Amino acid sequence: MKKLLGRLGHLFIELAGTLGSAAIMFKSVVFWSFMSKPEMSEMAKQSVKIGVDSFVVTALTSFFTGMVLALQMGQTTRNLFNEPLYVGTIVSFALVKELGPVLTSIVVAGRAGAVVTAEIGTMRVTEQIDALYTLGTNPSRYLLVPRFFAFLLTLPLLTIFADFIGIAGGCLVGSSQLSIPAAIYFDDVLTYLSFKDVMHGYVKTYFFAFMIAMVSCHKGMNTKGGAEGVGKATTEAVVLSMVLVLVLDYFVSSMLVAVGL
Amino acid sequence: MIEVKNLCKAFGERHILDGMSVKIQEGDLFSVIGPSGTGKSTFIKCLIRLLDPDSGEILVDGEDIASTKDEFRLARIRRKFGYLFQEGALFDSMNVFENVSFGLKYLTDIPKSEYPRIVREKLALVGLKDVEKLKPSELSGGMKKRVALARSIAVEPKYILYDEPTTGLDPVMTGMVRDMITDMRDKLGVTSVVVTHDLKLALNISSRVAMMYGGRFVECSAPEDFKKSANPEVQEFMRISGIK
Ligand SMILES: Nc1ncnc2c1ncn2[C@@H]1O[C@H](COP(=O)(O)OP(=O)(O)O)[C@@H](O)[C@H]1O
Ligand SMILES: [Mg+2]
Repeated sequence: MKKLLGRLGHLFIELAGTLGSAAIMFKSVVFWSFMSKPEMSEMAKQSVKIGVDSFVVTALTSFFTGMVLALQMGQTTRNLFNEPLYVGTIVSFALVKELGPVLTSIVVAGRAGAVVTAEIGTMRVTEQIDALYTLGTNPSRYLLVPRFFAFLLTLPLLTIFADFIGIAGGCLVGSSQLSIPAAIYFDDVLTYLSFKDVMHGYVKTYFFAFMIAMVSCHKGMNTKGGAEGVGKATTEAVVLSMVLVLVLDYFVSSMLVAVGL
Repeated sequence: MIEVKNLCKAFGERHILDGMSVKIQEGDLFSVIGPSGTGKSTFIKCLIRLLDPDSGEILVDGEDIASTKDEFRLARIRRKFGYLFQEGALFDSMNVFENVSFGLKYLTDIPKSEYPRIVREKLALVGLKDVEKLKPSELSGGMKKRVALARSIAVEPKYILYDEPTTGLDPVMTGMVRDMITDMRDKLGVTSVVVTHDLKLALNISSRVAMMYGGRFVECSAPEDFKKSANPEVQEFMRISGIK
């Protein structure tokens, strides 16, 4: 019992320490965002690496998600009402409000988040981070700010693309397998989907982007113990980001609902 | 001049630096020796605040930097130092040219058009030619160290800190690196701090040698006097290093 409490206490202290150092990192990212000339070429490079390179995977994910949603909804409504109803409505709501932002974030966390942690972690264990200090550059400014920028710029854009592609995937299944004409499918989408619904999904992506950037950069900067440590940090970062996307999704959604979005 | 007074640093319960004091004069080639794991790297990292000491003073040209939180002030002091990392710490996403010119961009107002000339000049100083386009992964261990040295002297620092400059190199490369260190002093007039477990190297090139043990300097003197030291740790270390 005493041992268990000791363990818990230890975990709690560790958690507090992590949150504290994450807060310090955040402060320095904000500081350097405003206190220095932006590293344009680094920002562009990271946006390509984080955003553009994730596009194919996120597009595929949402395309097939849209397809399977249409299939299942079509089947279900056909069983209940003898014809597929509201397929476009359901597919678009599910994608725009939840699955688009969440699945895109999970894919980006797994793909780009891992790259960021591994890269920064390797730089940490091979003293390249220290070298940055000795050459007159703060790593927050040179490494973290461009990556935060890239996540915040590209994740919302990827999500918008994912929404469109997913809805198109639903349309494809609708017209080919459920004999819903495209015109009716899109009419179902546009009649019920409002600007507020789109904003609900869009605003969430900024929270996810920020969280993924925080987790992957923080794990990278605090990597210890050589190549093995880099592997460990990367796994931890990916798992934590993925879980936090889902946890955060609930809390941010209920907050947005509370403010009327 | 670098003056260290009563410097302490602990990792958790382990007191690695435990009241270190030393004065390093202009033009000195000062070596810190001691077995691996005694905290030599910790010591020079504290000197330029890559690690934060727990207590004590570090006066660089009279200015205490041991506890300042001011980023810009720290950057200004670090500007005076070149640092040769144990494994070189070259940026592996950049080629040799970008590595060597990296500090020029952030530490000087030199126009970009001058970079190729400066890079060529510094690479020549460390005995390299036509390697600008290569990536660090395409260099041998010794070349990496030389490129890393070129990178740290590109901005013409007043002090250079060397962390284990010869560890992991073959005898020929060791000789070359040794000449490189003395060259830097003779040609550029820099003050050097060399951290190493290679006692032969230290006795060979230094103007003063200090032995680190138990978190302090137990001996600090010119090489001739160092060899005659009565300190038991020094004698033991000389014995295992095969000197006398
Ligand atoms: N960041 C750190 N956290 C915890 N312990 C450390 C850290 N850095 C170094 N140490 C410990 O401090 C001791 C001295 O390390 P170091 O200064 O690298 O020794 P040296 O360079 O003389 O071989 C080692 O035992 C090492 O395990
Ligand atoms: Mg060391």
